[in-house]
This record gives sequence, C-alpha cells and structure tokens, in this order.
Amino acid sequence: MVITVAVDRAYDARSWIERANPTHPSLIDEHHRLGELYNMVNVPTVVWIDETGRITRPNDVAFTTDKGGRYANVSTDEQMALLRGWVRGSLPPPSDDDIRKRVTPLSADSQLARAHFGLGWWLHQEGRFGAAQDQFSIGGELAPDDFMIRRGTMPLRGSDPFGPEFVEMVTEWLGRGHTYYLPLPVE
Amino acid sequence: MMASLVLLDVGQPTEVETTTDVSGVWISAAEVQVAFGWELKPEGLCRDAICIPVDGRSGLMSDGRMNLEGLADLLGRPLAHSREEGVAYMGPPQDLFNQTIRTLEAPDFILPDLEGRLHSLSEYRGSKVLLVAWASW
Repeated sequence: MVITVAVDRAYDARSWIERANPTHPSLIDEHHRLGELYNMVNVPTVVWIDETGRITRPNDVAFTTDKGGRYANVSTDEQMALLRGWVRGSLPPPSDDDIRKRVTPLSADSQLARAHFGLGWWLHQEGRFGAAQDQFSIGGELAPDDFMIRRGTMPLRGSDPFGPEFVEMVTEWLGRGHTYYLPLPVE
Repeated sequence: MMASLVLLDVGQPTEVETTTDVSGVWISAAEVQVAFGWELKPEGLCRDAICIPVDGRSGLMSDGRMNLEGLADLLGRPLAHSREEGVAYMGPPQDLFNQTIRTLEAPDFILPDLEGRLHSLSEYRGSKVLLVAWASW
C-alpha cells in the first residue's frame, strides 16, 4: 500500500494530484503534522511501515527519478530494488537497534521551530499575513536545515520555491557539507 | 492586565482569558483543563492515569492560575507565543517522539484527501505501507 502525503496547501497540490489520478490514498498535510510526528525536514521523504504498524525503515530520502536523485546522491534503481525486496519479503528484517540507529534525533529547536510554523499557519489562515511571516521567519532561524518550514512557506510568503531564495538554501545546504537530509544506506 | 488568548493545542484552538504580569501570562487551571485536558488535583496536573507533580516548581502556580511558559515546560511541549496577536501554539510533547524511537510504532495521523475525506494511517494496518511525503514546492 502506498500512501502519499502532500506537505502543502490543497490549493497547491490539487493540480499535481489530479494529473497523476492516483488509486492510492493521496492526502494533504497543510499543518505539517508529519513534520511534528516523524521529525521530517524535507520532501521527498519516505517511511516503510510494516503490517503491524511498526517502522521498518525510518525517514529516508527517496526520489522517483534520477534527476531528483542526483541532488542527494541517491540511486533510484538501488532504492527500488531494496523496496521490492522488502515488499516481497526477500529482504532480511533489520534489528530494532539497527532501525533506531537510523532515526534522526529530534532537537528541541526543531520542535520549537515547528511550533512557530504552526502558529504562523494559523495566523496565515486568519489573514494576518505579516504576523504569519514573522512566525515563519522565527521557525526558519531556529531550524535552518528545515526545508519544510523554510521552503515550504515560500508559496505562503509570495516567494518562488524554485527561485533565488531556494537556490541560496541549496547552496547553504551543500556548503555545510550536506550533513543533513541524507539518504539511508542501501544495504 | 486581562486579555483573551487563542491557545492552539497542536492546531486545535480554544479561547481562554489570561492575566499578564512581569512574570508572564497566566491561565486559570479550569481553562487549562478545557484547552489541554489536564486537570489540577492535589497530587498534581493529571490526565488519564498520569499525574505530574506541580509542588516545588517555581513560578508555575499563582492564586490557582498557571504560568503559560511554565505549563509548556511542565508538559515537555514546545511553545510559540505571540502576545501582539493574542495566540499561542503548543506542539506535541517531546516525549512522543522518544516513545516512537522506543517502540518503533509509526505515529498515527488523520489527514484529508482532496475531497475532504479523512484517512488514518492505522486503518491500513495489516498491509505494508510506503509512506511518501512530497510537495509541489
């Protein structure tokens, strides 16, 4: 079962979903609940969850095309082979400790940044745009590595999420040695 | 000084009356219960089978009212507060994520699809789930 979640406004996600016309559940997460619950900082992020509801492979960076995968040094073929192995049951299950080692630790600043995003989102919905932007800025300063907050709010702030602000973010990201939003090892 | 405040409990709003002084914003214990479901009892602040002692916590209680920042600290929850806008957001407790690491149980969520139909992760229990977060941005 695939469940996709757009960390987006329904307004922004609608045309993509309608064009893809998926048969799987295709959900909308305007409030960034996945960020809060799973400590996600960017998209695309995937999580493998087994039949009992347990996490088998925590937050992983995965792309469906090599074009996207090149950004994060991800081989989509290798990832797909691994995923097929898990689905078909031919992959040896990792130990709980191995799974835990792959979980990105949660920092207090990250969660506080998400609270500022939550406050900003509420203010934005109320039409208090200036105050909302202030909260998004605080969130971005607290968690500079959080693309969900910094890039995800660009459409709300009237900034192009593929424009100069994003290019600056990626340059920063690469300049810091690409030490976060890392793909898990394919093994 | 009295003022109303919208308290967002992980996004769910409740409007409460507050008083403000130099040490912060204060909310009655009764309104804390309405907003967050935690009840002040002789043994502490309680919800379900859990009670967190409040005695000895400096700056938390005053005349039956609770300090907002002290409350967030007591519950281990991040707090974002805008006095100018009269609104505060309390995120999920830090321990929720620690619990996820302990149990490896995938946190459940309920989210809408484009038509507004609600789906929970738990309703797909029994199948392997590939959860994919994406965005247009």
